[in-house]
Amino acid sequence: MSQPSALSATGLNRRSFMTGTASAAAAVPLLGSPVKAEAAHGSGAELRQPVVTSLRINKQSYELSIDPRTSLLDVLRDHAGLTGTKKGCDHGQCGACTVLVDGKRVLSCLSFAVMNGGKEVTTIEGLASSDGALHPMQQAFIDHDAFQCGYCTPGQIMSAIGCVNEGHAQSEGDIREYMSGNICRCAAYPNIVAAIMQARDETKGA
Amino acid sequence: MRPFVYEQPTEISTAAAMASRFTRRDDQPTRANAQFIAGGTNLADYMKLGVAQPDRLLDLNRLADPGLRQIRVTDDGIRFGALVRMGEAADHPDVKRRYPVIADSLKLAASGQIRNMASLAGNILQRTRCEYFRETSWACNKRVPGSGCAAMEGFNRQHAVLGASDACIATYHGDFAQALMALDAIVHAEGARGARNIPFAKLHRQPGDTPHIETDLAADEIITAIEVPAIPWARRSLYLKIRDRESYAFALASAAVALDLDGDGVREARIALGGLATVPWRAGKAEEVLQGKPLDEHSATIAADAAFADAVPRQHNAFKTELGKRTLVRALLETRDMKV
Repeated sequence: MSQPSALSATGLNRRSFMTGTASAAAAVPLLGSPVKAEAAHGSGAELRQPVVTSLRINKQSYELSIDPRTSLLDVLRDHAGLTGTKKGCDHGQCGACTVLVDGKRVLSCLSFAVMNGGKEVTTIEGLASSDGALHPMQQAFIDHDAFQCGYCTPGQIMSAIGCVNEGHAQSEGDIREYMSGNICRCAAYPNIVAAIMQARDETKGA
Repeated sequence: MRPFVYEQPTEISTAAAMASRFTRRDDQPTRANAQFIAGGTNLADYMKLGVAQPDRLLDLNRLADPGLRQIRVTDDGIRFGALVRMGEAADHPDVKRRYPVIADSLKLAASGQIRNMASLAGNILQRTRCEYFRETSWACNKRVPGSGCAAMEGFNRQHAVLGASDACIATYHGDFAQALMALDAIVHAEGARGARNIPFAKLHRQPGDTPHIETDLAADEIITAIEVPAIPWARRSLYLKIRDRESYAFALASAAVALDLDGDGVREARIALGGLATVPWRAGKAEEVLQGKPLDEHSATIAADAAFADAVPRQHNAFKTELGKRTLVRALLETRDMKV
């Protein structure tokens, strides 16, 4: 038992892992949700009640009547029509959904929208000034070609702005550490780091 | 995700009373109908996966008590309000200076975004990321008591070698908890039946036959603060975390170490291990080995052997015993060599 199998480095290849998933699911049919005390349950009508919440998104007020299960990410994309914020993993592992809430970078996929009532949300759409001039971080990403497919880019840019504001962009090593919550499948990392250093220097004291 | 009712209590006592009203007395906090949410980084994820199924969420972020959001430094030590975010505590100058092991453990955990969201109390209560716990189609005694454990014969590379049982080998993945364990922190909790203090070492429960019982807390109890005693020599402390990738990953092995030295001799050593055990893990035997001895590679190795004397490896995680020992030896020597 304590010896690693010779099958592969992990002792379990992908095929046997998948097979294992299927057979275990078939063999254990009693994995449903536990029965709960009916009296303590929220009633059906109570559970279906939408919640009215006020959000400030990119300096505009939104009054929303939403199912409390709705993530901030889904509110931004599906209710406010701001599709710049991207859904990657939807589980807090990739950083594509990063936005600023009250100036701090957070993951909108792991935040229930109702928990953000009265807060100021900034998305990628809220960065450029009204005359169309890009935010220095957006311009820096263009200048350094800091993307390929672009899917992670809005999250990278929002996270980078948060990172600089936090004072965690002092060195290249710092940036790599403090930006590690943003995954780039195209591996544009060296260019992203260069872009952040440029924008950091341009926004110093701004 | 199952539907839930959302509530925003503004007083701790109200929040506890609400939880008490909607849960049965013997409900585990993780299985109760009404559950508390603060940062939500762990709970929202597990609600999406169907692992957590509360039908009432009590949002603690509107609680009025300002102490919940403060870090207070006094002669007695440092007191972290439960709603302080991980990032705030990691960047706090007094935390960095007086307790480097705490600042390191927070900085090396999660990502910048998650550290801005996650509360300190939520962080210490985070649940395991065992793949078989996360995915509801697998047998898991922690998720569904009595259903079995798919990890035993499954892909258990990241699982625990210390503190496991025949029912559960899921790792406790937190980092901050290891620092609190080493520094003998106290957890303040308030419930419908009053307030109490819990020594940090008593907060988490080893799985034994009841892996679904994860902590000492009742379903209506809210952590209000975490207190770390004044330990002047804790300036000589650090957190060493070994991972599959350099950042944003759980520990394969980690060590929280604080040393009170007299020259190279050890007056007192504090050691906790992460990524290796089912709960935050104090390595008391290793501490005893070092007490009164000069700290060098030889004594550190003997201490590390003592720390893992009871390790039980499985098919894929046998490497963790050796990795854990080497992590501890390196952490001890690096702590000894710190300039304080």
